[in-house]
Amino acid sequence: MKAKHQRLILALVALVALIGAGLLAASALKDEAAYFYAPADVKEKGVEPGKAIRLGGMVVKGSLKHAADGVTIHFDVTDGKATVPATFSGIAPDLFREGSGVVAEGAFDGKDTFVATNLLAKHDERYMPRELEGMQYDEKTHEMKGGQ
Amino acid sequence: MIAEAGLAALWLAAALALLQLALVAFGLVGRKGELLGAVRPVAVSQGLLTLLAFVMLVLLFLRSDMSVMLVVTNSHSMKPWLYKFAGTWGNHEGSMLLWITVMGLAGSAVALFERALRRDTHMATLGAQAAISLGFYAFLLFSSNPFARIDPPPPDGQGLNPLLQDPGLAFHPPTLYLGYVGLSVAFSFAVGALLTRQVDAGFARAMRPWVLAAWVMLTLGITAGSYWAYYELGWGGWWFWDPVENASLMPWLAATALLHSVTVLATRDALRAWTVMLAVIAFSMSMVGTFLVRSGILTSVHAFAVDPERGTFILGLLAIYIGGAFALFGWRVGAVREGAPFELVSRETMLVINNLLLSVILGLVLIGTLYPLMTEAFGHKVSVGAPYFDRIAGPIALILMIAMMAGPLTRWRRDRFAVVAGRMMVPAIVALVVLALVVALAWGRIGILPLAGLVVAGAAAVGSVGPLWKRNLRRTPLFTWGMVIAHLGCAVSLGGMASDSAFTVEKLVAARPGDRIETAGWTLHFDKIMPIAGDNWTALQADMTASRGGGTAIVIHPQSRFFASPPTTTTEAALLTRWNGQLYVVLGQETDDGRWQVRIWWKPFVTFIWLGGIMIALGGALALLGRERRGWLLKWRARAVA
Repeated sequence: MKAKHQRLILALVALVALIGAGLLAASALKDEAAYFYAPADVKEKGVEPGKAIRLGGMVVKGSLKHAADGVTIHFDVTDGKATVPATFSGIAPDLFREGSGVVAEGAFDGKDTFVATNLLAKHDERYMPRELEGMQYDEKTHEMKGGQ
Repeated sequence: MIAEAGLAALWLAAALALLQLALVAFGLVGRKGELLGAVRPVAVSQGLLTLLAFVMLVLLFLRSDMSVMLVVTNSHSMKPWLYKFAGTWGNHEGSMLLWITVMGLAGSAVALFERALRRDTHMATLGAQAAISLGFYAFLLFSSNPFARIDPPPPDGQGLNPLLQDPGLAFHPPTLYLGYVGLSVAFSFAVGALLTRQVDAGFARAMRPWVLAAWVMLTLGITAGSYWAYYELGWGGWWFWDPVENASLMPWLAATALLHSVTVLATRDALRAWTVMLAVIAFSMSMVGTFLVRSGILTSVHAFAVDPERGTFILGLLAIYIGGAFALFGWRVGAVREGAPFELVSRETMLVINNLLLSVILGLVLIGTLYPLMTEAFGHKVSVGAPYFDRIAGPIALILMIAMMAGPLTRWRRDRFAVVAGRMMVPAIVALVVLALVVALAWGRIGILPLAGLVVAGAAAVGSVGPLWKRNLRRTPLFTWGMVIAHLGCAVSLGGMASDSAFTVEKLVAARPGDRIETAGWTLHFDKIMPIAGDNWTALQADMTASRGGGTAIVIHPQSRFFASPPTTTTEAALLTRWNGQLYVVLGQETDDGRWQVRIWWKPFVTFIWLGGIMIALGGALALLGRERRGWLLKWRARAVA
């Protein structure tokens, strides 16, 4: 085989690989770009049960309840426009508190409750999830302001 | 005085870098060859001055000099000395000073020890290195002065983020930086060779040890970072696809591709242009990584102190260096003539495939990492997370593993497809055996990707030792041993990942002292819980005894640790390592009725993930040693003859 042909074949293989990768990325991004949801997005667009997403917002004051098993918690997540009930079984990060921001990974069950498998841990108390930038929790009215 | 001395050393080093660049420019372009004689001593002095500045900063931290701003914001007089020491680079300014120090020392090493390169290319390389350094000196001196004073000095410092107070994290950044900055040397080599139009096998042989060394450090850094996140964050995961993690993975992918293509160039004189381009891309990825970490432009759970202005500065440097290098590449690509030809079925082709697959993964990770930025520019906030990366990286990595196993079993220049396929018979049989075993034992409990991972890991483990088959093991070159061990390490790592995601057993309970918990064949007695105190923390510590199948009971101590300055609680997991896995126990909070949350994982073969990483790095180190030793032997013989 001539060097020219061989280079051509390699270039074609590279091209196919690149196009394949591009298509893969596009399809994966299309599915996964809708990955972060605020409660208002959930109410607006709806999320099918079982689809893995990130839910971000503030933990509503007074909504945090411990279940009898000692390891499950129930809480509400709000962005000021909508509120979503959530549960989490596990050891909550130390900085997980009422009135502070949370990003939860998990999926909705069939009854519109968000079942979190992971609450994003943070390295320090100054950390604010970028998706929640601009949100503020009003201590008096227990309402959210700003947001996306 | 110490702070002023450090700052002066830094200014002087910057001036020397400028001098170094000028000497090279006038020496090579102005054809004043006598100037070039001064380049090497200048490069060495520059490196030593950066080291001096760094040592000064370390001293300031060790002495807790609270008149220096950086010490105040990142240290505390009560901190154990190890973390005062490590606190030097546990912040933006200090880590940038570490960066420039490593870069200065790497430049000194290139000036002192590089013998394989032709003189003018060597000089051009040192000029390029000085040009890169200048940008970072400017960055440090104009926007991130680590020696700035504070007046009046406060009585004490604010402390270091307790999560960083861990031996693992104390030494993780220097390792990564050695890797990042090592790639700057490869970049300078590429620029130097383009300038003098000497991209050939000799150039590749000179560049390879530097790429290998950088790659070994990157591998170690990533492995250590992954293990740190696994045990320190208490969440039991070993990879998060966080932008900060991707920032270290992307240069590694590029460096891995570069390592293989530079080998093709060194031994077969093929892939010239591609190798030069990869050298440029690899260092670009280091800088993109630094930019992502330091600018805070992306969401990261690793929230370091960030500053958009500094991000802009790094972005500017990135644009100048990468844009400049690509422009030079475009201008000189005509001078980089075609290398040696090879047939379609050959080791060269396998390495091209390896390079393509690595590049594809790199591109997809880069897209996933930057996509949120791009959409944000159009007003949408999105985040791309683990599902995206798992879906793209998993399958391609498996194909890559198959290519990795087939490559060394294929001959250089030309081979026959049927013969290569024949050599793959044994790995293929192993794959079928693993498949049959897993299907028989765990069908229905295992996902398709972990299953494929176990099958490929089994085949790759056998296939990667194939090159040693029928060889005299004592005469096999170290380089070959290095390759075999590194490839085997990849298989071991993959096996660990697949096993962890397929077979991990988790139990979450609320228990009282005196309770007994059973899971995955282990029995855990919760004996008692009590407060204890450490150097600069207090903790609640549980005493538990773990035993398995009537074996001896071992006492373990999961902790919940509280640091006063800054006020933070951390989780210290208890890890019990056995040959076939790790027991991972985390103590949570106390419930209203006096029980304690306890989370237990049994993770079969999870340690293989990091064992594999260490093997990969060891393989790289052996390959490096093999090359160097041969050089020393030749030199020694030449001397003996003379």
